[in-house]
Amino acid sequence: MNIPANLRYTASHEWVRSEADGTVTIGITDHAQGALGDLVYLELPEVGRKVAAAEACAVVESVKAASDIYASLAGEITGVNKPVAEAPEQVNKDPYGAWLFKLRPVEPSAIANLLDARAYEASIGDE
Amino acid sequence: MLKQTPLNASHRAAGARMVDFGGWDMPVHYGSQIDEHNAVRTDAGMFDVSHMRIVDLEGVGARDFLLYALANNVDKLKEPGKALYSCLLKPEGTVIDDLIVYFLREDFFRIVVNAGTADKDIAWLRGLLATRARKLSLEPRTDLAMIAVQGPQARAKVWRALRGTEAATAALKPFVAKRVDSEWGELFIARTGYTGEDGFEVAVTGTKAAELWRALAAVGVRPAGLGARDTLRLEAGMNLYGQDMDENVSPLESGLAWTVDLASPRDFVGKAALVDHPSSRQLIGLVLVDKGGVLRAHQTVRTDRGDGEITSGTFSPTLNQSIALARLPTGVAPGEMVRVLVRDRELAARVVKLPFARNGKSLVPPA
Repeated sequence: MNIPANLRYTASHEWVRSEADGTVTIGITDHAQGALGDLVYLELPEVGRKVAAAEACAVVESVKAASDIYASLAGEITGVNKPVAEAPEQVNKDPYGAWLFKLRPVEPSAIANLLDARAYEASIGDE
Repeated sequence: MLKQTPLNASHRAAGARMVDFGGWDMPVHYGSQIDEHNAVRTDAGMFDVSHMRIVDLEGVGARDFLLYALANNVDKLKEPGKALYSCLLKPEGTVIDDLIVYFLREDFFRIVVNAGTADKDIAWLRGLLATRARKLSLEPRTDLAMIAVQGPQARAKVWRALRGTEAATAALKPFVAKRVDSEWGELFIARTGYTGEDGFEVAVTGTKAAELWRALAAVGVRPAGLGARDTLRLEAGMNLYGQDMDENVSPLESGLAWTVDLASPRDFVGKAALVDHPSSRQLIGLVLVDKGGVLRAHQTVRTDRGDGEITSGTFSPTLNQSIALARLPTGVAPGEMVRVLVRDRELAARVVKLPFARNGKSLVPPA
Protein backbone atom coordinates (compact mmCIF):
# COMPACT_ATOMS: atom_id res chain seq x y z
CA MET A 1 0.00 0.00 0.00
CA ASN A 2 1.38 3.32 -1.15
CA ILE A 3 1.40 5.93 1.67
CA PRO A 4 3.99 8.69 1.02
CA ALA A 5 5.76 9.77 4.21
CA ASN A 6 5.80 13.48 3.36
CA LEU A 7 1.99 13.85 3.33
CA ARG A 8 -0.68 14.16 6.00
CA TYR A 9 -3.88 12.14 5.98
CA THR A 10 -7.44 12.02 7.24
CA ALA A 11 -9.51 9.10 8.46
CA SER A 12 -11.74 9.71 5.41
CA HIS A 13 -8.82 8.88 3.10
CA GLU A 14 -7.80 12.30 1.85
CA TRP A 15 -4.11 13.20 1.60
CA VAL A 16 -2.99 16.74 2.37
CA ARG A 17 0.27 18.44 1.24
CA SER A 18 1.57 21.78 2.54
CA GLU A 19 2.76 24.11 -0.19
CA ALA A 20 5.40 26.84 0.12
CA ASP A 21 2.80 29.56 -0.50
CA GLY A 22 0.80 28.55 2.55
CA THR A 23 -1.94 26.71 0.69
CA VAL A 24 -2.57 22.96 0.98
CA THR A 25 -3.22 20.52 -1.87
CA ILE A 26 -5.74 17.72 -1.29
CA GLY A 27 -6.43 14.43 -3.05
CA ILE A 28 -7.53 10.89 -2.21
CA THR A 29 -5.22 8.08 -1.18
CA ASP A 30 -4.20 4.92 -3.00
CA HIS A 31 -6.31 2.96 -0.50
CA ALA A 32 -9.35 5.08 -1.36
CA GLN A 33 -9.01 4.74 -5.14
CA GLY A 34 -8.56 0.97 -4.80
CA ALA A 35 -11.63 0.66 -2.62
CA LEU A 36 -13.75 2.78 -4.96
CA GLY A 37 -12.71 1.08 -8.19
CA ASP A 38 -12.68 2.73 -11.60
CA LEU A 39 -13.68 6.39 -11.19
CA VAL A 40 -16.08 7.76 -13.79
CA TYR A 41 -17.24 11.11 -12.40
CA LEU A 42 -15.67 13.85 -10.33
CA GLU A 43 -17.33 17.04 -9.08
CA LEU A 44 -15.02 19.68 -7.63
CA PRO A 45 -15.89 22.74 -5.51
CA GLU A 46 -16.07 26.28 -6.84
CA VAL A 47 -12.91 28.37 -6.45
CA GLY A 48 -13.57 30.96 -3.75
CA ARG A 49 -15.90 28.72 -1.72
CA LYS A 50 -15.31 28.85 2.01
CA VAL A 51 -15.35 25.45 3.65
CA ALA A 52 -15.35 24.19 7.22
CA ALA A 53 -13.00 21.45 8.40
CA ALA A 54 -14.49 18.02 7.50
CA GLU A 55 -17.13 19.64 5.28
CA ALA A 56 -18.05 17.56 2.22
CA CYS A 57 -17.02 19.71 -0.75
CA ALA A 58 -16.39 17.31 -3.65
CA VAL A 59 -17.84 14.07 -4.95
CA VAL A 60 -16.23 11.12 -6.69
CA GLU A 61 -18.26 8.40 -8.33
CA SER A 62 -16.94 5.05 -9.35
CA VAL A 63 -18.93 2.53 -11.31
CA LYS A 64 -20.20 1.03 -8.09
CA ALA A 65 -20.53 3.90 -5.59
CA ALA A 66 -20.54 7.63 -4.91
CA SER A 67 -18.28 9.03 -2.22
CA ASP A 68 -17.96 12.46 -0.63
CA ILE A 69 -14.56 14.14 -0.35
CA TYR A 70 -14.04 16.29 2.73
CA ALA A 71 -12.19 19.58 3.07
CA SER A 72 -9.77 18.32 5.79
CA LEU A 73 -9.10 21.88 7.00
CA ALA A 74 -11.27 25.01 7.26
CA GLY A 75 -10.40 27.58 4.61
CA GLU A 76 -11.06 28.93 1.13
CA ILE A 77 -10.81 26.95 -2.11
CA THR A 78 -8.04 28.51 -4.24
CA GLY A 79 -7.78 26.04 -7.10
CA VAL A 80 -9.29 22.91 -8.64
CA ASN A 81 -7.78 20.35 -10.99
CA LYS A 82 -10.01 20.74 -14.05
CA PRO A 83 -8.13 18.23 -16.29
CA VAL A 84 -8.63 15.50 -13.68
CA ALA A 85 -12.33 16.37 -13.44
CA GLU A 86 -12.52 15.63 -17.17
CA ALA A 87 -10.54 12.38 -16.79
CA PRO A 88 -11.35 10.89 -13.36
CA GLU A 89 -9.54 7.65 -14.19
CA GLN A 90 -6.29 9.58 -13.63
CA VAL A 91 -7.01 9.38 -9.91
CA ASN A 92 -6.93 5.57 -10.10
CA LYS A 93 -3.69 5.64 -12.09
CA ASP A 94 -1.87 8.27 -10.00
CA PRO A 95 -3.73 9.13 -6.77
CA TYR A 96 -0.94 11.32 -5.35
CA GLY A 97 -0.24 13.12 -8.64
CA ALA A 98 -3.90 13.65 -9.59
CA TRP A 99 -4.69 16.26 -6.94
CA LEU A 100 -8.29 17.44 -6.61
CA PHE A 101 -8.35 20.91 -5.06
CA LYS A 102 -6.23 23.45 -3.20
CA LEU A 103 -7.27 25.57 -0.26
CA ARG A 104 -5.84 28.34 1.90
CA PRO A 105 -6.39 27.19 5.51
CA VAL A 106 -7.76 29.56 8.11
CA GLU A 107 -5.27 28.02 10.57
CA PRO A 108 -2.14 26.68 8.84
CA SER A 109 -0.93 25.01 12.03
CA ALA A 110 -4.01 22.78 12.03
CA ILE A 111 -2.32 20.54 9.47
CA ALA A 112 -0.24 19.13 12.33
CA ASN A 113 -3.46 17.68 13.80
CA LEU A 114 -3.95 15.44 10.77
CA LEU A 115 -2.67 11.85 10.70
CA ASP A 116 0.90 11.22 9.67
CA ALA A 117 1.73 8.33 7.32
CA ARG A 118 2.25 5.84 10.12
CA ALA A 119 -1.00 6.74 11.87
CA TYR A 120 -2.93 6.57 8.57
CA GLU A 121 -1.44 3.19 7.80
CA ALA A 122 -2.52 1.94 11.21
CA SER A 123 -6.02 3.31 10.68
CA ILE A 124 -6.56 1.47 7.40
CA GLY A 125 -5.06 -1.69 8.82
CA ASP A 126 -8.24 -1.97 10.84
CA GLU A 127 -10.54 -1.73 7.79
CA MET B 1 -17.84 -18.07 7.14
CA LEU B 2 -18.38 -17.16 3.48
CA LYS B 3 -19.10 -19.85 0.90
CA GLN B 4 -16.37 -20.46 -1.65
CA THR B 5 -16.44 -21.82 -5.18
CA PRO B 6 -13.75 -24.29 -6.35
CA LEU B 7 -12.06 -21.31 -8.06
CA ASN B 8 -11.49 -19.24 -4.93
CA ALA B 9 -7.72 -19.82 -4.89
CA SER B 10 -7.53 -19.06 -8.63
CA HIS B 11 -9.16 -15.66 -8.05
CA ARG B 12 -6.83 -14.75 -5.22
CA ALA B 13 -3.80 -15.88 -7.23
CA ALA B 14 -4.93 -13.58 -10.06
CA GLY B 15 -5.02 -10.59 -7.71
CA ALA B 16 -8.78 -10.38 -7.33
CA ARG B 17 -10.41 -7.93 -4.96
CA MET B 18 -12.86 -10.23 -3.16
CA VAL B 19 -16.24 -9.27 -1.75
CA ASP B 20 -19.10 -10.87 0.13
CA PHE B 21 -21.67 -11.47 -2.60
CA GLY B 22 -24.80 -12.85 -0.95
CA GLY B 23 -22.74 -15.02 1.38
CA TRP B 24 -20.23 -16.05 -1.30
CA ASP B 25 -16.56 -14.94 -1.35
CA MET B 26 -16.38 -13.66 -4.93
CA PRO B 27 -14.10 -11.51 -7.13
CA VAL B 28 -15.47 -8.05 -7.90
CA HIS B 29 -12.51 -7.27 -10.18
CA TYR B 30 -8.89 -8.27 -10.81
CA GLY B 31 -7.51 -4.73 -11.13
CA SER B 32 -9.91 -2.80 -13.37
CA GLN B 33 -13.54 -3.66 -13.98
CA ILE B 34 -13.62 -1.32 -16.96
CA ASP B 35 -10.69 -3.11 -18.60
CA GLU B 36 -12.40 -6.46 -17.90
CA HIS B 37 -15.65 -5.15 -19.40
CA ASN B 38 -13.82 -4.02 -22.54
CA ALA B 39 -11.99 -7.35 -22.81
CA VAL B 40 -15.38 -9.10 -23.01
CA ARG B 41 -16.69 -6.68 -25.63
CA THR B 42 -13.58 -6.93 -27.83
CA ASP B 43 -11.93 -10.29 -27.11
CA ALA B 44 -12.76 -12.88 -24.42
CA GLY B 45 -13.29 -12.75 -20.67
CA MET B 46 -14.31 -15.41 -18.17
CA PHE B 47 -16.53 -15.33 -15.10
CA ASP B 48 -16.73 -17.82 -12.26
CA VAL B 49 -20.47 -18.46 -12.03
CA SER B 50 -20.20 -21.54 -9.83
CA HIS B 51 -22.21 -19.81 -7.13
CA MET B 52 -25.25 -20.14 -9.39
CA ARG B 53 -27.08 -23.40 -8.94
CA ILE B 54 -27.61 -26.13 -11.50
CA VAL B 55 -30.64 -28.24 -10.63
CA ASP B 56 -31.47 -31.43 -12.53
CA LEU B 57 -35.10 -32.48 -12.86
CA GLU B 58 -35.47 -36.14 -13.84
CA GLY B 59 -38.25 -38.64 -14.35
CA VAL B 60 -41.27 -39.40 -16.49
CA GLY B 61 -43.49 -36.35 -16.67
CA ALA B 62 -40.73 -33.77 -16.28
CA ARG B 63 -41.99 -31.77 -19.27
CA ASP B 64 -45.58 -31.71 -18.00
CA PHE B 65 -44.39 -30.53 -14.61
CA LEU B 66 -42.41 -27.65 -16.13
CA LEU B 67 -45.35 -26.69 -18.37
CA TYR B 68 -47.15 -26.00 -15.12
CA ALA B 69 -44.34 -24.60 -12.99
CA LEU B 70 -42.79 -22.10 -15.43
CA ALA B 71 -44.25 -18.97 -17.01
CA ASN B 72 -42.52 -19.59 -20.34
CA ASN B 73 -43.57 -22.60 -22.38
CA VAL B 74 -41.12 -25.55 -22.44
CA ASP B 75 -43.01 -27.00 -25.41
CA LYS B 76 -40.86 -24.56 -27.37
CA LEU B 77 -37.99 -26.94 -26.56
CA LYS B 78 -38.06 -29.72 -29.14
CA GLU B 79 -34.39 -30.13 -30.04
CA PRO B 80 -32.27 -31.80 -27.31
CA GLY B 81 -29.98 -29.21 -25.73
CA LYS B 82 -32.28 -26.26 -26.52
CA ALA B 83 -32.60 -23.67 -23.73
CA LEU B 84 -35.38 -21.36 -22.61
CA TYR B 85 -35.29 -18.25 -20.40
CA SER B 86 -38.24 -18.13 -18.03
CA CYS B 87 -39.56 -16.67 -14.84
CA LEU B 88 -40.69 -18.78 -11.93
CA LEU B 89 -43.85 -17.11 -10.60
CA LYS B 90 -45.93 -17.14 -7.47
CA PRO B 91 -49.68 -17.72 -7.80
CA GLU B 92 -50.02 -13.93 -7.34
CA GLY B 93 -48.07 -13.48 -10.60
CA THR B 94 -44.98 -11.99 -8.99
CA VAL B 95 -41.44 -13.20 -9.64
CA ILE B 96 -39.70 -15.81 -7.50
CA ASP B 97 -36.67 -15.94 -9.82
CA ASP B 98 -35.57 -15.91 -13.44
CA LEU B 99 -33.81 -18.97 -14.78
CA ILE B 100 -32.73 -20.92 -17.84
CA VAL B 101 -34.04 -24.42 -18.48
CA TYR B 102 -32.37 -26.86 -20.92
CA PHE B 103 -34.25 -29.76 -22.49
CA LEU B 104 -31.85 -32.72 -22.52
CA ARG B 105 -34.25 -35.71 -22.65
CA GLU B 106 -37.98 -36.08 -22.12
CA ASP B 107 -37.14 -37.34 -18.64
CA PHE B 108 -34.25 -34.92 -17.99
CA PHE B 109 -34.36 -31.12 -17.87
CA ARG B 110 -31.50 -29.04 -16.45
CA ILE B 111 -32.34 -25.75 -14.74
CA VAL B 112 -29.89 -22.98 -13.78
CA VAL B 113 -31.06 -20.60 -11.05
CA ASN B 114 -29.52 -17.57 -9.34
CA ALA B 115 -27.16 -17.99 -6.41
CA GLY B 116 -29.09 -15.89 -3.93
CA THR B 117 -32.42 -17.56 -4.67
CA ALA B 118 -31.30 -21.17 -5.14
CA ASP B 119 -32.52 -22.43 -1.77
CA LYS B 120 -35.83 -20.61 -2.13
CA ASP B 121 -36.35 -21.90 -5.69
CA ILE B 122 -35.55 -25.49 -4.77
CA ALA B 123 -37.91 -25.41 -1.79
CA TRP B 124 -40.66 -23.92 -3.97
CA LEU B 125 -40.19 -26.53 -6.72
CA ARG B 126 -40.12 -29.36 -4.16
CA GLY B 127 -43.39 -28.06 -2.78
CA LEU B 128 -44.96 -28.11 -6.23
CA LEU B 129 -43.57 -31.58 -6.96
CA ALA B 130 -45.01 -32.97 -3.75
CA THR B 131 -48.51 -32.06 -4.90
CA ARG B 132 -48.20 -32.68 -8.62
CA ALA B 133 -45.38 -35.07 -9.54
CA ARG B 134 -44.05 -37.05 -6.62
CA LYS B 135 -42.14 -39.43 -8.89
CA LEU B 136 -39.79 -36.76 -10.27
CA SER B 137 -36.41 -36.15 -8.66
CA LEU B 138 -34.92 -32.70 -8.23
CA GLU B 139 -31.17 -32.75 -7.67
CA PRO B 140 -29.14 -29.62 -6.90
CA ARG B 141 -25.75 -30.20 -8.54
CA THR B 142 -23.46 -28.67 -5.94
CA ASP B 143 -20.73 -30.95 -7.35
CA LEU B 144 -20.54 -28.82 -10.52
CA ALA B 145 -18.65 -25.58 -11.13
CA MET B 146 -19.38 -23.24 -14.04
CA ILE B 147 -17.24 -20.80 -16.02
CA ALA B 148 -18.84 -18.32 -18.44
CA VAL B 149 -16.47 -17.45 -21.30
CA GLN B 150 -17.81 -14.46 -23.20
CA GLY B 151 -16.75 -12.24 -26.09
CA PRO B 152 -16.24 -12.35 -29.85
CA GLN B 153 -13.18 -14.62 -29.38
CA ALA B 154 -14.70 -16.68 -26.57
CA ARG B 155 -15.71 -19.78 -28.48
CA ALA B 156 -12.46 -19.89 -30.48
CA LYS B 157 -10.45 -19.64 -27.26
CA VAL B 158 -12.53 -22.31 -25.53
CA TRP B 159 -11.78 -24.64 -28.45
CA ARG B 160 -8.08 -23.81 -28.24
CA ALA B 161 -7.91 -24.33 -24.49
CA LEU B 162 -10.20 -27.35 -24.15
CA ARG B 163 -8.94 -29.94 -26.59
CA GLY B 164 -11.61 -32.07 -28.16
CA THR B 165 -14.52 -29.69 -27.64
CA GLU B 166 -14.48 -28.03 -31.05
CA ALA B 167 -15.77 -30.97 -33.06
CA ALA B 168 -18.70 -31.43 -30.70
CA THR B 169 -19.68 -27.77 -30.34
CA ALA B 170 -18.65 -25.95 -33.53
CA ALA B 171 -22.19 -26.27 -34.89
CA LEU B 172 -23.95 -25.44 -31.61
CA LYS B 173 -26.52 -22.71 -32.24
CA PRO B 174 -27.19 -19.87 -29.79
CA PHE B 175 -29.23 -20.98 -26.77
CA VAL B 176 -28.37 -24.63 -27.21
CA ALA B 177 -26.20 -26.84 -24.96
CA LYS B 178 -24.38 -30.11 -25.36
CA ARG B 179 -22.74 -32.60 -23.01
CA VAL B 180 -19.22 -33.37 -24.18
CA ASP B 181 -16.78 -35.99 -22.92
CA SER B 182 -13.33 -34.60 -22.23
CA GLU B 183 -10.16 -35.21 -20.29
CA TRP B 184 -11.83 -33.31 -17.39
CA GLY B 185 -14.87 -35.58 -17.38
CA GLU B 186 -18.22 -34.59 -18.80
CA LEU B 187 -18.46 -30.92 -19.77
CA PHE B 188 -21.83 -29.24 -20.19
CA ILE B 189 -21.25 -26.55 -22.82
CA ALA B 190 -24.04 -24.05 -23.47
CA ARG B 191 -23.99 -21.26 -26.01
CA THR B 192 -25.60 -18.86 -23.56
CA GLY B 193 -24.47 -15.91 -21.49
CA TYR B 194 -25.28 -12.78 -19.57
CA THR B 195 -23.24 -10.20 -21.46
CA GLY B 196 -24.80 -9.64 -24.87
CA GLU B 197 -21.74 -11.22 -26.49
CA ASP B 198 -21.33 -14.69 -27.99
CA GLY B 199 -19.68 -17.36 -25.88
CA PHE B 200 -20.03 -20.56 -23.90
CA GLU B 201 -21.00 -21.28 -20.33
CA VAL B 202 -19.12 -24.43 -19.34
CA ALA B 203 -20.11 -26.62 -16.41
CA VAL B 204 -17.52 -29.08 -15.14
CA THR B 205 -17.08 -31.18 -12.05
CA GLY B 206 -15.82 -28.93 -9.28
CA THR B 207 -12.53 -30.75 -8.75
CA LYS B 208 -11.49 -29.94 -12.34
CA ALA B 209 -12.59 -26.30 -12.39
CA ALA B 210 -9.22 -24.78 -11.51
CA GLU B 211 -7.53 -26.73 -14.33
CA LEU B 212 -10.08 -25.45 -16.84
CA TRP B 213 -9.63 -21.89 -15.58
CA ARG B 214 -5.85 -22.21 -15.96
CA ALA B 215 -6.17 -23.65 -19.48
CA LEU B 216 -8.44 -20.78 -20.51
CA ALA B 217 -6.17 -18.15 -18.99
CA ALA B 218 -3.23 -19.70 -20.85
CA VAL B 219 -4.86 -18.95 -24.22
CA GLY B 220 -5.58 -15.36 -23.26
CA VAL B 221 -9.07 -15.44 -21.78
CA ARG B 222 -9.15 -12.62 -19.23
CA PRO B 223 -10.57 -13.23 -15.75
CA ALA B 224 -13.50 -10.83 -15.22
CA GLY B 225 -15.30 -10.11 -11.97
CA LEU B 226 -18.78 -9.27 -10.74
CA GLY B 227 -18.25 -5.57 -11.41
CA ALA B 228 -17.79 -6.14 -15.13
CA ARG B 229 -20.58 -8.72 -15.10
CA ASP B 230 -22.99 -6.03 -13.96
CA THR B 231 -21.96 -3.34 -16.47
CA LEU B 232 -22.04 -5.89 -19.29
CA ARG B 233 -25.50 -7.29 -18.51
CA LEU B 234 -26.96 -3.81 -18.05
CA GLU B 235 -25.60 -2.67 -21.42
CA ALA B 236 -27.19 -5.82 -22.86
CA GLY B 237 -30.54 -4.87 -21.33
CA MET B 238 -30.65 -7.98 -19.16
CA ASN B 239 -32.49 -8.01 -15.83
CA LEU B 240 -30.92 -8.78 -12.48
CA TYR B 241 -33.20 -10.60 -10.04
CA GLY B 242 -33.48 -8.82 -6.75
CA GLN B 243 -33.01 -5.42 -8.37
CA ASP B 244 -35.05 -5.23 -11.58
CA MET B 245 -37.69 -7.63 -10.33
CA ASP B 246 -38.58 -9.44 -7.12
CA GLU B 247 -41.54 -10.99 -5.38
CA ASN B 248 -43.34 -7.64 -5.32
CA VAL B 249 -43.62 -7.13 -9.06
CA SER B 250 -44.95 -9.04 -12.05
CA PRO B 251 -42.91 -9.92 -15.14
CA LEU B 252 -45.19 -7.63 -17.16
CA GLU B 253 -43.87 -4.57 -15.35
CA SER B 254 -40.29 -5.84 -15.51
CA GLY B 255 -39.72 -5.92 -19.24
CA LEU B 256 -40.33 -9.68 -19.23
CA ALA B 257 -43.73 -10.00 -20.90
CA TRP B 258 -41.92 -11.67 -23.80
CA THR B 259 -40.95 -14.54 -21.47
CA VAL B 260 -44.51 -15.20 -20.31
CA ASP B 261 -46.57 -17.35 -22.64
CA LEU B 262 -50.17 -16.35 -21.98
CA ALA B 263 -51.32 -17.43 -25.44
CA SER B 264 -51.26 -21.19 -25.07
CA PRO B 265 -54.16 -22.95 -23.28
CA ARG B 266 -51.94 -24.55 -20.63
CA ASP B 267 -52.41 -23.52 -17.04
CA PHE B 268 -49.31 -22.45 -15.12
CA VAL B 269 -48.57 -20.99 -11.70
CA GLY B 270 -49.30 -17.26 -11.84
CA LYS B 271 -51.27 -17.30 -15.11
CA ALA B 272 -54.61 -16.27 -13.62
CA ALA B 273 -53.06 -13.22 -11.97
CA LEU B 274 -51.57 -12.00 -15.25
CA VAL B 275 -54.21 -12.80 -17.88
CA ASP B 276 -56.34 -9.70 -18.55
CA HIS B 277 -54.30 -7.69 -16.04
CA PRO B 278 -52.28 -5.24 -18.14
CA SER B 279 -49.73 -3.42 -16.04
CA SER B 280 -49.61 0.31 -15.47
CA ARG B 281 -45.82 0.29 -15.24
CA GLN B 282 -43.03 -0.77 -17.57
CA LEU B 283 -39.30 -1.38 -17.33
CA ILE B 284 -37.43 0.73 -19.84
CA GLY B 285 -33.93 2.07 -20.54
CA LEU B 286 -32.49 5.49 -19.66
CA VAL B 287 -29.27 7.21 -20.67
CA LEU B 288 -28.06 10.15 -18.60
CA VAL B 289 -27.67 13.27 -20.75
CA ASP B 290 -26.72 15.94 -18.15
CA LYS B 291 -23.38 15.70 -16.38
CA GLY B 292 -23.67 15.34 -12.63
CA GLY B 293 -23.19 11.77 -11.50
CA VAL B 294 -24.17 8.19 -12.16
CA LEU B 295 -27.68 6.74 -12.42
CA ARG B 296 -28.24 4.29 -9.58
CA ALA B 297 -30.93 2.00 -8.15
CA HIS B 298 -33.72 3.73 -6.21
CA GLN B 299 -33.22 7.20 -7.67
CA THR B 300 -36.56 8.88 -8.39
CA VAL B 301 -37.44 9.56 -12.02
CA ARG B 302 -39.85 12.41 -12.89
CA THR B 303 -41.87 11.97 -16.10
CA ASP B 304 -44.85 13.74 -17.70
CA ARG B 305 -46.99 10.77 -16.66
CA GLY B 306 -45.85 10.60 -13.04
CA ASP B 307 -42.88 9.42 -11.03
CA GLY B 308 -40.95 6.21 -11.41
CA GLU B 309 -37.77 4.70 -10.02
CA ILE B 310 -34.46 3.42 -11.31
CA THR B 311 -34.03 -0.30 -10.60
CA SER B 312 -30.45 -0.72 -11.88
CA GLY B 313 -27.96 1.95 -12.91
CA THR B 314 -24.30 2.16 -13.75
CA PHE B 315 -21.68 3.79 -15.93
CA SER B 316 -21.50 2.15 -19.36
CA PRO B 317 -17.93 1.84 -20.64
CA THR B 318 -19.17 1.03 -24.16
CA LEU B 319 -21.42 4.11 -24.37
CA ASN B 320 -19.14 6.21 -22.13
CA GLN B 321 -22.21 7.48 -20.28
CA SER B 322 -24.42 6.44 -17.43
CA ILE B 323 -27.29 4.05 -18.23
CA ALA B 324 -30.12 2.58 -16.23
CA LEU B 325 -33.22 0.40 -16.19
CA ALA B 326 -36.18 2.21 -14.69
CA ARG B 327 -39.72 1.24 -13.76
CA LEU B 328 -41.83 4.06 -15.18
CA PRO B 329 -45.52 4.62 -15.92
CA THR B 330 -46.63 2.96 -19.18
CA GLY B 331 -46.90 5.46 -22.00
CA VAL B 332 -43.47 6.98 -21.49
CA ALA B 333 -41.78 6.25 -24.82
CA PRO B 334 -38.25 5.98 -26.25
CA GLY B 335 -36.94 9.37 -27.33
CA GLU B 336 -38.69 11.25 -24.53
CA MET B 337 -36.78 13.15 -21.87
CA VAL B 338 -37.22 12.55 -18.13
CA ARG B 339 -35.56 13.98 -15.01
CA VAL B 340 -33.66 11.89 -12.47
CA LEU B 341 -33.02 13.00 -8.90
CA VAL B 342 -29.27 12.53 -8.37
CA ARG B 343 -28.13 13.79 -4.99
CA ASP B 344 -29.96 17.12 -4.73
CA ARG B 345 -30.31 17.92 -8.45
CA GLU B 346 -32.63 16.97 -11.31
CA LEU B 347 -30.56 15.66 -14.21
CA ALA B 348 -31.93 15.14 -17.70
CA ALA B 349 -32.06 11.59 -19.06
CA ARG B 350 -33.43 10.19 -22.31
CA VAL B 351 -35.66 7.13 -22.59
CA VAL B 352 -34.20 4.52 -24.95
CA LYS B 353 -35.12 1.10 -26.27
CA LEU B 354 -33.14 -1.86 -25.00
CA PRO B 355 -30.50 -3.13 -25.39
CA PHE B 356 -28.03 -0.31 -25.05
CA ALA B 357 -25.26 -2.26 -26.81
CA ARG B 358 -24.80 -5.41 -28.84
CA ASN B 359 -21.74 -7.10 -30.38
CA GLY B 360 -19.44 -4.57 -28.77
CA LYS B 361 -21.20 -1.51 -30.21
CA SER B 362 -23.53 1.10 -28.79
CA LEU B 363 -27.07 0.98 -30.22
CA VAL B 364 -28.11 4.28 -28.67
CA PRO B 365 -28.47 7.10 -31.19
CA PRO B 366 -26.47 10.22 -30.24
CA ALA B 367 -28.53 12.92 -28.49
